[in-house]
Amino acid sequence: MIEFQNIGKSYGGVRAVEGLNLHIELGELVVLIGPSGSGKSTALKMINRMVDHDQGRILFEGREIYSFDVRDLRRRMGYAIQSVGLFPHWTVERNIATVPHLLGWSKESISQRVTELLTLFDMAPELFRQRYPHQLSGGQQQRVGVARALAADPAVLLMDEPFGALDPVTRTALQLELKRVHQTSGKTIVLVTHDIDEALLLADRIVLMNQGQIVQVATPLELLSSPASDFVLDFVGRSDLGIKLLSLKAVEPLIRQTPAPPGSPTLAQTASLREAVAILAAQGSGVLSVLNAQQQPVGSLHASDILASHAHVRA
Amino acid sequence: MLTSAPESQTKPVAAARWFHDPLPWVVMVLLCLAYVLPHTGAIFGALFPQQDRPVYLQEPFSELLWRHAGLVVVSSSMAIMVGIGMGIGVTRPAGRAFEPMMQTLASAGQTFPPIAVLALAVPAVGFGELPALIALALYGLLPVLQATLAGLAGVPQAALESARAMGMTPWQVLRQIEIPLAWPVWLAGVRTSVIINIGTAAIASTVGAKTLGSPIIVGLSGFNTAYVLQGALLVGLLAVATDMAFERLARRAALPS
Amino acid sequence: MRLKVHPVLAVCALLGLGAAWLLPLLRVAPNRLMSGEPVYLASVLPGWGWSLVLPVFALLIQPSSTGGTFNKQPPNAISSQLRVAALPLLIALGLASLFWLAATHAQQVAQTQSSLTRTSLGAGFWCLVALAWLMSLDAVQRLSASSAARSGVLALVAAPTLLLLAIGVGKDLSLLKEYVNREEVFWLALWRHLQIVATAIVPSILLGLPLAWACTRRSGLHQWLFPLLNIVQTVPSIALFGLLMAPLAWLALQFPRLSQAGFSGVGLAPAVLALVLYSLLPIVRSGLAGLEQVPVAAKTAALAMGMSERQIFWQVQLPLALPVLLPGLRAAVVQTIGLTAVTALVGAGGLGSLMFDGLFSAANDLVLLGVLPIVLLAMLADALFKAMIAWVQPIGFSDADASATPLAQVSGRIR
Repeated sequence: MIEFQNIGKSYGGVRAVEGLNLHIELGELVVLIGPSGSGKSTALKMINRMVDHDQGRILFEGREIYSFDVRDLRRRMGYAIQSVGLFPHWTVERNIATVPHLLGWSKESISQRVTELLTLFDMAPELFRQRYPHQLSGGQQQRVGVARALAADPAVLLMDEPFGALDPVTRTALQLELKRVHQTSGKTIVLVTHDIDEALLLADRIVLMNQGQIVQVATPLELLSSPASDFVLDFVGRSDLGIKLLSLKAVEPLIRQTPAPPGSPTLAQTASLREAVAILAAQGSGVLSVLNAQQQPVGSLHASDILASHAHVRA
Repeated sequence: MLTSAPESQTKPVAAARWFHDPLPWVVMVLLCLAYVLPHTGAIFGALFPQQDRPVYLQEPFSELLWRHAGLVVVSSSMAIMVGIGMGIGVTRPAGRAFEPMMQTLASAGQTFPPIAVLALAVPAVGFGELPALIALALYGLLPVLQATLAGLAGVPQAALESARAMGMTPWQVLRQIEIPLAWPVWLAGVRTSVIINIGTAAIASTVGAKTLGSPIIVGLSGFNTAYVLQGALLVGLLAVATDMAFERLARRAALPS
Repeated sequence: MRLKVHPVLAVCALLGLGAAWLLPLLRVAPNRLMSGEPVYLASVLPGWGWSLVLPVFALLIQPSSTGGTFNKQPPNAISSQLRVAALPLLIALGLASLFWLAATHAQQVAQTQSSLTRTSLGAGFWCLVALAWLMSLDAVQRLSASSAARSGVLALVAAPTLLLLAIGVGKDLSLLKEYVNREEVFWLALWRHLQIVATAIVPSILLGLPLAWACTRRSGLHQWLFPLLNIVQTVPSIALFGLLMAPLAWLALQFPRLSQAGFSGVGLAPAVLALVLYSLLPIVRSGLAGLEQVPVAAKTAALAMGMSERQIFWQVQLPLALPVLLPGLRAAVVQTIGLTAVTALVGAGGLGSLMFDGLFSAANDLVLLGVLPIVLLAMLADALFKAMIAWVQPIGFSDADASATPLAQVSGRIR
């Protein structure tokens, strides 16, 4: 879907990106992460030519991006940024309709699409479509920003630290919403962030960059269980590596068929191991009773099993 | 916050609003005075008994009014076109190099008193309507230029970045994003420019242009306070009416907030 | 290394060359009534003078590292600093030499032709001066952020020319001859001009500041005060002077003691009254804005420490309001200097009287003699205030108006 072949970029003598090789599959959610100055934003911006690369080739759907008309290319990609950039003089509806308008959609299709998107983001269409950006909260503005990016049904959605300016509660809510949108729509999403927890939550694959080069490309689980270097280890959080890993693992595989002793604390079947450990520690128990969606016990989860399965984690 | 003004206003209510709106009244008074003043010899004669020519009769006031308005309209149009054009030009990638100098010119140029520009035009091009036109256009250019630059600078960077990233051409960005957002500031600049021009055009009579200032200048040099009053009333009303009209425009152009 | 031409300098150099080549440097007329024959720079410049154009071009071409444009040069590169400093120096020397050339030609003319012959500075000279002024202003912006330093450099640009003036070069130019003829009148007019400005500004401050303070106390006040002041600002100056004449004349008639004190319908009274009214809007508006942006915490702390209302005003509010008040005061003073020129029409005197005398008698040099000092005064006042504002700014704030919204910056000047 998108391929970086040996990409390089300099800014006045400073190499921002060097020897970048990356393949992004259709329908993946790839997170570019790294410290400041790692080149992650630059790499993202090279996809829709907000920044032009000096060396190498970038292929989009098999074609070199320089062979596209730049405006055409951008209209086929959604772009959401931290400061959102809604147009203050247009209503929410007109903002979302920006690219459909540019592409010449009919009024009815635009109106329909706006309703669809507002509903997707849990914003009552009739209430929000005529509002102006200054009448929205930060979280609502960013939702509209992402909706606007998705309006023309682009092939890929590019996001540059979209949730960085929001408070933690809103940020978590939006991260979960994005995950949901990704799962329902199957869009290819490339997201830049500096927050490792966000990356671990959302990504199908994580691309860790440092000083313009890729350090490791891996799934969240791989990144945590087999970090390629000390840098990676430090970046993902050496001290709570084990805990982070737990949040990626489900309780299902470790459930024993035998029922738990009566009075044991309960846990949902869909929970992660991290939640299990949190409850075990809080309640001072060694066994949990696992419940299904109908609140019926389906088995038990033992602390010793969790620890045993985790024994091989590098510390 | 979420309001939609009721579109249906009953006719009597709309009429009442017109009645209370000062602008049409001021304009009416201005026009009335312009056409009626030449015939008020008796009134002014009573007010200024020592004057044997109480009313300015060299040219009809209405003619002076239209000449004055004409001078202002022509010079301001030129000033607006050039000012906005230059302002847009130096904020495009091709012209960026010139932006600091234009900023400097716009702000430093306004320390020049407008009367100085008017007076300096005479040694350059002589007497008559031409130096007035040139001076008014040149001086009126500066507030418009400054406002254009300020308005464009006030457009949020994030909005510009998003617009570019969504595939708008530079012309589309200018027309759909920059101009609508900068428009209220531009309007304020145009307003300043036009009001200053009305005032300077009044003094333009000293360089040979015939405007509403002529009765005032003639009256001042001839110690005829009646002439001065007549001219001052008319030009004052013209300025106030114009400012009110701009105020209306500004309210309509204001961004929702 | 690639060579890049700085576009702004190139355009200015082109304009300068055009003005120097195509427009006359001087005009020589056999007497006061006739317009003069043009004398071009090309005919006055000595043979070796053309070689001086080379350093100009040297400045234009600038080696740049690949990928960089002129504007992105790192500001602390030695060569770019030297380059930026060299420009005002070049302009200063260029102006002085231009003036010297004009002056020597005028001297020649005076020695070889009749005493009635007039040599006046032509359009070419003035265009080059205007261009030089614009370029120095622009160059000075790049030099440093300190207002005082910038004004200093600008003054230095004019210094060589002023030096030449002081030692008597140029006394055969018609403008200076006019000055010599009217020396006393000139200085009287200048003094009078300054008097009028001062007499108008001081009452405006004394009236305006308390009004601003009153606006912070009663919210209803600025509802009607500002529209009223706005209307006053909108009325053209000459109209306001004219409108005040009749009532003031009537007052003088009714109260003979006033007219004995010099109060009448013409002269200082209507002028100063109108000028005070015009200055009120910028002063009250910036005063109010300044007082309003004083942090409430500062006032509360002062109150808690036991300061009286008066002490709080003088020691806390006013100093903190100054960064916003001073720009408004600057606007008022510059505006007043300009408007005072118009007061000459109502008989108040000042530099405007020289200017209008020149206009009415078609004597261009007299017009210039009146206008140039007014412009210089305005620029001087502007620079002085900018220096004061910079001095008063708390560290970390920029030079710009504290009322930073673009709309506020632009709406400030209605005359």
